[in-house]
Amino acid sequence: MNMENEQVKSPNLRAHHDYRRKKSAKEMQFQVITFALMIFLTIVSFIAVGSGDLSVKFIIPFILLLAVIQVGFQLYYFMHASQKGHELPMLFMYFAMIIAFVTILAFATIIWW
Amino acid sequence: MSSVAAKKGLGASILEYLTTVDHKKIAHLYLGTGGFFFLLGGIEALFIRIQLMKPNNNFVSEQLFNEIMTMHGTTMIFLAAMPILFAFMNAVVPLQIGARDVAFPFLNALGFWLFFFGGLFLNLSWFLGGAPDAGWTSYASLSLRSEGHGIDFYTLGLQISGFGTLISGINFLATIINMRAPGMSFMRMPLFTWTTFVASALILLAFPPLTIGIFLLMFDRLFSSNFFDVTMGGNTIIWEHFFWIFGHPEVYILVLPAFGIFSEIIPTFSRKRLFGYSSMVFATVLIGFLGFMVWAHHMFTTGLGNVANAIFAIATMAIAVPTGIKIFNWLLTMWGGSIKITVPMLYSLGFIPSFVIGGVTGVMQAVAPLDYQLHDTYFIVAHFHYVIIGGVVFAILAATHFYWPKIFGTKLSEKLGYVTFTLFFIGFHCTFFVQHFLGLMGMPRRVATYLPGQGLELGNLISSIGALLMAVAVITLLINIIMTSIRNKKVGADPWEDGRTMEWAIASPPPYYNFKQTPLVRGLDTWWIEKMEGKKELTPAEPLGNIHMPNNSILPLFIAFGLFVAAFGAMYNPLNSVGDGKSWGVPLLIIGLAITFGSMLIRSLRDDFGYHIHKEDLLEDDKGGKVG
Amino acid sequence: MNTEERFTLLNWPDHPETQTLEGKNKFLGFWLFLAGETVLFASLFATYLALKDSVPDSTHPLAKDLFNLPLVFVMTMLLLTSSLTSVYAIYHMRNYQFKKLQAWFVITVLLGVGFLSLEIYEFTHYVHEYHFTFGSSAFSSAYYTLVGTHGAHVTFGLCWIIALLVRNAKRGLNLYNAPKYYVASLYWHFIDVVWVFIFTVVYLIGKVG
Repeated sequence: MNMENEQVKSPNLRAHHDYRRKKSAKEMQFQVITFALMIFLTIVSFIAVGSGDLSVKFIIPFILLLAVIQVGFQLYYFMHASQKGHELPMLFMYFAMIIAFVTILAFATIIWW
Repeated sequence: MSSVAAKKGLGASILEYLTTVDHKKIAHLYLGTGGFFFLLGGIEALFIRIQLMKPNNNFVSEQLFNEIMTMHGTTMIFLAAMPILFAFMNAVVPLQIGARDVAFPFLNALGFWLFFFGGLFLNLSWFLGGAPDAGWTSYASLSLRSEGHGIDFYTLGLQISGFGTLISGINFLATIINMRAPGMSFMRMPLFTWTTFVASALILLAFPPLTIGIFLLMFDRLFSSNFFDVTMGGNTIIWEHFFWIFGHPEVYILVLPAFGIFSEIIPTFSRKRLFGYSSMVFATVLIGFLGFMVWAHHMFTTGLGNVANAIFAIATMAIAVPTGIKIFNWLLTMWGGSIKITVPMLYSLGFIPSFVIGGVTGVMQAVAPLDYQLHDTYFIVAHFHYVIIGGVVFAILAATHFYWPKIFGTKLSEKLGYVTFTLFFIGFHCTFFVQHFLGLMGMPRRVATYLPGQGLELGNLISSIGALLMAVAVITLLINIIMTSIRNKKVGADPWEDGRTMEWAIASPPPYYNFKQTPLVRGLDTWWIEKMEGKKELTPAEPLGNIHMPNNSILPLFIAFGLFVAAFGAMYNPLNSVGDGKSWGVPLLIIGLAITFGSMLIRSLRDDFGYHIHKEDLLEDDKGGKVG
Repeated sequence: MNTEERFTLLNWPDHPETQTLEGKNKFLGFWLFLAGETVLFASLFATYLALKDSVPDSTHPLAKDLFNLPLVFVMTMLLLTSSLTSVYAIYHMRNYQFKKLQAWFVITVLLGVGFLSLEIYEFTHYVHEYHFTFGSSAFSSAYYTLVGTHGAHVTFGLCWIIALLVRNAKRGLNLYNAPKYYVASLYWHFIDVVWVFIFTVVYLIGKVG
């Protein structure tokens, strides 16, 4: 088991460090915006249900959609799935989601039919 | 640890095996334990066939027959076939990709010990009130009412073993993705590695539903929940869905590595590369994916309705297509090759027609209306034994001969191997071919006996004689193993002389660090390429340097042992449905969990950086020093 | 051993969690584990959906009788915020700011403990006020198994992060423990993902029927 320490060989470590610091600060801003959006989506779902005004046929697909969007934010931003090196992990996650979907579909239909 | 072998006493050897994290030694453990359970499952099969040899037999009582029949299936699938396949994956896959070990050696050991204690727990049922008796499928309606603790042994034992399998699945996936030698792209991996990869992905995704299903059954029996209790709002078909959402991918977990083994053996002894490599890879992945979409073909008669039945019927028939691609590729590999009929090749030749017979009866059963006639008859029993024995067991026997030199450094007798094959092949077809007709004549499965005068006597008698032949065959294999071990004649790196992949380029058995220098992979069938250019060794990808190795550890054993103890506590807790709860139940459960989590904590808190083998010691090995 | 190597702010690598082979393996192995957990929780959701409101008679409470949306809203906010604070912690890890990494993980733990306390309060409330226990009905068994398994995952995650904080307090940040912190934060995000579906499918849809 050999280890590669891929240190930056740039002669100007300080320049790279500054660049990296700015980049990650920007990314952090992105994360906070994502967080705010997630809070917003949560509040919208709670209001949709709590208000009692809307029809059930609309609410259920609507809040499920909001949940999926929120989970997308978690995965792609908080969990860095949008960054390089995540191709295979995401491939496995998508296969898992397909099987998850098929299982839930089966249980929601051919259990009580 | 120096590379000079020390003369090891028995105690030191045992301690080495209890604490090893070396994939090669773990392979020995899986092979030995799995082999033991294979014999146990075989004896259970013999008892079944003796009981059914004649009508109205009373060799065993009906209750005992149910237990034997349940344990035969459960043991063969979970405690024999899967562990033995894991043995070969452990022994071979890291070598095939040019790695020094798997991604998580500690977890590799943990996976074995979880299997060991799970299997031990399950089999203790024989001595503690009776084995599970609701079939290996343990349908909830029957298993909830089973008296005694047999089913609890089933749920708790399989849960523990199942964790081990899941961990090992993740391990092989990470190993194959991250630790291939330079130059080995995915499309240059040997087929056994590919099938291990896809089977491990199936394990990762199929075992969680089983985990949940077993938890639900466990909770209903041990903690008064109501998942399957119709009077409290439950639904028993939930169990069937979970079991088969797991159960169908499970059979592909069994058969894909078997296919992988044949994909190694057939090119080797045809002296010709595998025909249609890309399509073999594609077929493997497709089989893996489709395997998740067909589970309800085990439930055609439960009243799912015509639409559901039709969907699953068609999906099931679709799987025959990639499987057929594989069969044709194997045949075309042999076509025009220079065939050498060694024992492994003999099993491969026997596999092709046997597995195809099993496959076509499977397509018959996929026709839902016909399945109403065939379901729960001996036709089904015949089908799955044809694919499992014709596919998986033949592969295991073939791999035992093929990889024995690489694992143990000696070579099993070819002559005795021919005898084993012949007896086993004849016995297998005797036992199971006739069962197709027994099923068509209406003999139900899982029956402890049958009445005379229905035309079932002759078929059952022939079937039982076949079982005896198979038993004799296994005995000849055991004799072969014992004689080879006594003779202890060492062989070289490439004892079959036609090895194509990298495991045949290093010593038999390999040194504990596998490769002195990580090899450079220049194409598919890497070792063959080097041999054809006259090289005596693989091309190295790095200069000689220090090698980092992991340390041994006793903690995996303790983590598994803790769960074993906790299982007893759970089983005898005061809330259980059998009604014999003891006051020490919950404390024992807590103690067991404390052992497990405590060991995990110790592992996390104590840093373990492994150790290094120094360059100088490696050079000494070159000069003929022994490697340990 | 190189992983104990001391770094400075300037030469700390961009992605410390995957600089070593061990780190790469942990990263990949953990994502694979999360894929398995996805199917595990999907199975629990499937069971819940099949057994929702499945009670033996009308004396048993149903979803819309039980659930208290304001409480669930507060729990959601706590867990969601704790997910953000763990992102901050990793941000500081990338910038080689060990003390800030520790601080933000401590805040994450506190928020997580808050979530768990409310959940324990919620469960005891159901048991005492509605006699809604694990063994009451199929619906109750399914509810407690799904939400309880999630709660058990939260508990395990808290123990994990606390162990990391305690163990590494004197050590500082290096390539040996960077993957461990990263993987713990992935786990923490995942249980928030599961919670998003729980509050949507169990509580919100439960309330509308």
